[in-house]
Amino acid sequence: MKQMNWKELPHAGTVLKAGNANEYKTGSWRSLKPRWIEENCIQCLFCWIYCPDSSVMTKDEKMTGFDYDHCKGCGVCAMECPGKKGNKAIVMEEEGK
Amino acid sequence: MGVTTTKTVAVTGNQAVAEALRQLNPDVMPAYPITPSTGIMESFTSFVSNGKVDTETILVESEHSAMSACIGAAAAGGRVATATSSQGMALMWEMLHIASGYRLPILMALVNRALSAPLNIHCDHSDGMGARDTGWIQLYSENAQEAYDNTIMAYRIAEHKDVRLPIMVCMDGFITSHSIESMQFIPDPEVKKFVGDYIAIDPLLDLDNPKSIGALVLTDYYMEHKRAQHEAMLNTKKVIQDVSAEFAKLFGRTYELFESYRLEDAEVVLVALNSAAGTIKDEIDRYREKGVKAGLLKPRMFRPFPYEEVSAALKNAKAVCVMDRADSFGGYGPLFMEIASAVYPSRQGPFLFNKIYGLGGRDLMPLDVDQVIDETIEVAKTGKVKMVKEYITVRN
Repeated sequence: MKQMNWKELPHAGTVLKAGNANEYKTGSWRSLKPRWIEENCIQCLFCWIYCPDSSVMTKDEKMTGFDYDHCKGCGVCAMECPGKKGNKAIVMEEEGK
Repeated sequence: MGVTTTKTVAVTGNQAVAEALRQLNPDVMPAYPITPSTGIMESFTSFVSNGKVDTETILVESEHSAMSACIGAAAAGGRVATATSSQGMALMWEMLHIASGYRLPILMALVNRALSAPLNIHCDHSDGMGARDTGWIQLYSENAQEAYDNTIMAYRIAEHKDVRLPIMVCMDGFITSHSIESMQFIPDPEVKKFVGDYIAIDPLLDLDNPKSIGALVLTDYYMEHKRAQHEAMLNTKKVIQDVSAEFAKLFGRTYELFESYRLEDAEVVLVALNSAAGTIKDEIDRYREKGVKAGLLKPRMFRPFPYEEVSAALKNAKAVCVMDRADSFGGYGPLFMEIASAVYPSRQGPFLFNKIYGLGGRDLMPLDVDQVIDETIEVAKTGKVKMVKEYITVRN
């Protein structure tokens, strides 16, 4: 992305385009990656509620996976996941693995 | 366009500024009154209670909140003002940077007062000088008339499309704020016409166009933001000159970037801000009668500082004493540093020295001024400065 010079900046640095944080791919910050184990998922959507970065994707009110372009790998989803009969539906793994 | 009929009144500096604010009729005025600026809010809130203005006043729990509310209201799209002094301004300090960084043309009446400790309520310029680097425009005023006129001009300067910066109009605590002076008010319709309507840039209350202000900016963009802010300050000088010229044409009172009092052929020059200039002018007249070519340079615009113009004005002076009503402990006085910076690029010019005077409201008497003029004459003759910086009006 070409960076603006000081003359091109919007007045006072005001962000005029609503929702443009979506264009900023924060996924590269991640060192741990959440992995979804679908057979253990009870579709409680705790992960969707707790995700601080709206990176849990859903379709028709069902969890469908992660938005790895924006997930920073904080692990909150894995922590909150109740799983099924003691088996987590979300686990955190080393990014390099 | 001729000079307007104006009304001559006897009022305090605080009443004069409150009257200007009534005529400006800001949308929002958050404040936490503090001595000696209290009188401004006292008068202004009576205007609000009596329906003389449309302003919403917000009485907040601290000056930090007052400036925060100013920022919120200005970002929403309102014309905003506040008034404060000393500790109040100090408590606003971090928010002052945010007001200028967001490029919000907020007007502040700053009634200059010493900072604690020791606790003191009287005049010096340590509050204004402490806000020197906050990105606000600063205009200084010698008396109630100048404080009133600067306040009337303030929004025109701050809101100019090439500027869009917050502005503080300063006057001396008690000496100006509480003394009754004869001065002239401009009729309401003329002020209204002169000031005009305010059109905010990207106001938050424009709900059809959602936006974010105050986003995080890291190493990749911070410097570009500051460079743009610097440009706005560079543009400010011409806008102040243009607005002042229009004001002079309409209302008959002329204001330059600094006042030159008998300066043109002066060999011995004093530099001082605000009310002390009155006493100094009297003493300069006395020395002129004795045949001494003495003069005064009184900066009105302190931020941005008119370096080139000051340098040109001091070109033929032999010795200059810069009188600071604030100290930068361990450094020279803040006004001295500006004057030294102004004359430096020419690699020539007068001998300079610095006196710190009048802290915490200590009087500057005519005899004190005489001593300074005498020493400046001596420096002009001998070319020798004994002490670059020295306290006067102090018991040794």
